[in-house]
Amino acid sequence: MPTSRKLEVIAAPDKPTIVTRRTFDAPRALVFDAWTKPEYIKRWMGPRNMEMVVCEIDLRVGGGYRFVHRTPDGQEFGIHGTYREISRPDRLASTYVFELFPDAESLETLVLEETAGQTTAITTTVHKTIQNRDGHLANGAMEVGMNEGYARLDELLPDLKRAA
Amino acid sequence: MTTATAARFSADDLDATFAALADRTRRAMVAKLARGAASVLELAEPHDMSQPAISKHLKVLERAGLITRGRDAQRRPCRLEPRRLKLVADWIATYREYWEESYARLDDVLQELQGQPPAKQKEQERSHAHVTKARSHRRTR
Repeated sequence: MPTSRKLEVIAAPDKPTIVTRRTFDAPRALVFDAWTKPEYIKRWMGPRNMEMVVCEIDLRVGGGYRFVHRTPDGQEFGIHGTYREISRPDRLASTYVFELFPDAESLETLVLEETAGQTTAITTTVHKTIQNRDGHLANGAMEVGMNEGYARLDELLPDLKRAA
Repeated sequence: MTTATAARFSADDLDATFAALADRTRRAMVAKLARGAASVLELAEPHDMSQPAISKHLKVLERAGLITRGRDAQRRPCRLEPRRLKLVADWIATYREYWEESYARLDDVLQELQGQPPAKQKEQERSHAHVTKARSHRRTR
């Protein structure tokens, strides 16, 4: 039976989250390992035209990770974070900082659900800055815009195509 | 996002556009305008809001480059500027593409871990696409 490989990207308009869902044709212990072991992570995570040149993982609660991607013309982009929760094979939570925007830390949770040998990976990204959405931080307003924009633009796109 | 799009619009433009879309009233206005031009009265109609509040929302959309307003002083019809909305759509598509590509490679890693060879045909297509994209990337610089 063919697996649905469709990637769902969901953003509730009133919540500061982005949720993605994707099903893989493998048991969840394997998916968990592919998500947490450098020798596997290096091979799949990141943009297609970039090489992961640094992949450091200290897989324990309070331990950190750091990934660096390099573009073909030599620019490097780093990501780092701290593991908050490690529960093989079904759950992994960590902070996430894209080093170009060091103040915008978010919290990422991976949940793995297995049915008949297939695993659905559900990632949830919660932007910390939105917890202050009633505050007046310019960054916060920007983040809210992004996340709400995700959801609403998906709805708008068919209309937009007609209008263009 | 294509290089051409990135050159036409700055990161500040993207900020302004996202900020403008961070409000449900303004999104409703954009959705309505996607179906065609509308007057201020028509745009205000579904919202329980004062005229100055409606005008303020329209100014935010106009400043963000999402709409333009006609010169007819009486009616001043509003129109959607699809190019600006497309900038945001492209940005989101880039996010989606990032994960779709990564997950396609994860499929191969998982197959290999289960003792099956990765889908060779797909692998070749993918690496070919990579080379083509890298070349066209260089040309545009």
